[in-house]
Amino acid sequence: MSSKPIVEARGIHKHFGAVHVLKGVDLRVAERELVFIIGPSGSGKSTLLRCLNRLEAPSSGSVVVDGIDMLDPKTDINHARQRIGMVFQSFNLYPHMTALGNVTLALRKVAGKSRTEAEAIGRAALDRVGLADRAEHTPGQLSGGQQQRVAIARAIALEPRVMLFDEPTSALDPELVGSVLEVMRSLRESGMTMVVVSHEMGFARAAADRVVFMDHGQIVEQGAPAEIFEAPKEERTRAFIGQIQRH
Amino acid sequence: MIETFLNPAIIAAAWPILLAGLWNTILLSLVVVPLGLAGGTVLALLAGVRHPLVRWPLMAWVDFFRAFPPLVLLIFLYAGLPFAGIELGGFGCVAIAFFLNTGAYYGEILRAGIESVPAGQSEAARSTGLSRLQTELYIVLPQAVRNVLPDLMSNTLEVVKLTSLGSVVAMPELLFQARQAQSLTYNPTPIVLAAIVYFLLLWPLVRLLSRLENRSLATRG
Repeated sequence: MSSKPIVEARGIHKHFGAVHVLKGVDLRVAERELVFIIGPSGSGKSTLLRCLNRLEAPSSGSVVVDGIDMLDPKTDINHARQRIGMVFQSFNLYPHMTALGNVTLALRKVAGKSRTEAEAIGRAALDRVGLADRAEHTPGQLSGGQQQRVAIARAIALEPRVMLFDEPTSALDPELVGSVLEVMRSLRESGMTMVVVSHEMGFARAAADRVVFMDHGQIVEQGAPAEIFEAPKEERTRAFIGQIQRH
Repeated sequence: MIETFLNPAIIAAAWPILLAGLWNTILLSLVVVPLGLAGGTVLALLAGVRHPLVRWPLMAWVDFFRAFPPLVLLIFLYAGLPFAGIELGGFGCVAIAFFLNTGAYYGEILRAGIESVPAGQSEAARSTGLSRLQTELYIVLPQAVRNVLPDLMSNTLEVVKLTSLGSVVAMPELLFQARQAQSLTYNPTPIVLAAIVYFLLLWPLVRLLSRLENRSLATRG
């Protein structure tokens, strides 16, 4: 954990109108680290994640990703976002394109690759998530788990420095969760830096370097998975862990 | 009856005149439909801008041209503007009037289509580095058009019918030509013929539209 941070967020505040969603959050993520963010709904964990690639603009604070100041108006945000892959709870695949079309669009339009080049990269990315044979399928023809894996392929095809996962398995039927976690595990093994908002405790225990517990827009406690799950120091953490383990 | 309304001799004489009119109606439609669609797309994209300096003028523009009768607009451009030294000619007037009027209608339809595309689509596109404009062009608009296709087609049908307004400013389209033939022959046959031609031209579109509407009802149900 001593290597230089690839994500460094400091003093993040976010207001939605009168609602104060994030109240001064600091988050550092080292290269190759896998950080899990847990917390009750409304705790601000998804908002924090979305501040990292500026899908939400923080009200104040600073976000630096891979040396780029994400909040500087002079930063080419579209260029910067290529380095930050994001996977959403509801997949958000483009329904009017094939799986390959989904994966190659940004390669062609943002990274400036030719169609042939983009398709080669796209097919390799689909292969990495085990869906090489589904390249010509549209999202409607794929199961939820397959759609989410295509969404992961769409993000990794751009060779990001860090991947953000926003509850990637919450919308999936239980029997489809495993295939997505399997892909995330292999990404982890390839050394990808990952920030994951999720309640998949088994996965967190097995794969996370650090677990961050958030509540009411603040980080309450963080540490190794074993510490947070087995011996939380804070009462709020204990209550939350107890609650999700009952389910 | 037949002698009066479908006189064979008059059909033979008027047919070439009507054919020229039909050709002009088709040409006019091929100009005003894309113009209206282009204007509507710009209006619909601008509707996504929340800034008050864009929002209020845009709303006023759309409301004004939806409420303003296109025939009055056309006559104003054709017969009013020359008093200000601006002469646009029949075709120019029709093109501008349709751009303003049908653009506002197409704009409202497309805006509804854009709003029907989930926000997650844009977020996913933006997260991969696509610009705002690229996101609209490649992700939002194609889905928006698909979602409101029956409404777009229905409006297009109206636009093609409205091209008959061009006859008022001496555009030699189908209705104008029919009226010419009628006044030359002192017989209503050319008008009946024009009605039949309009019907034959638009009926396939109407059928297609019904099928689309049934299909979208089926997928919605």
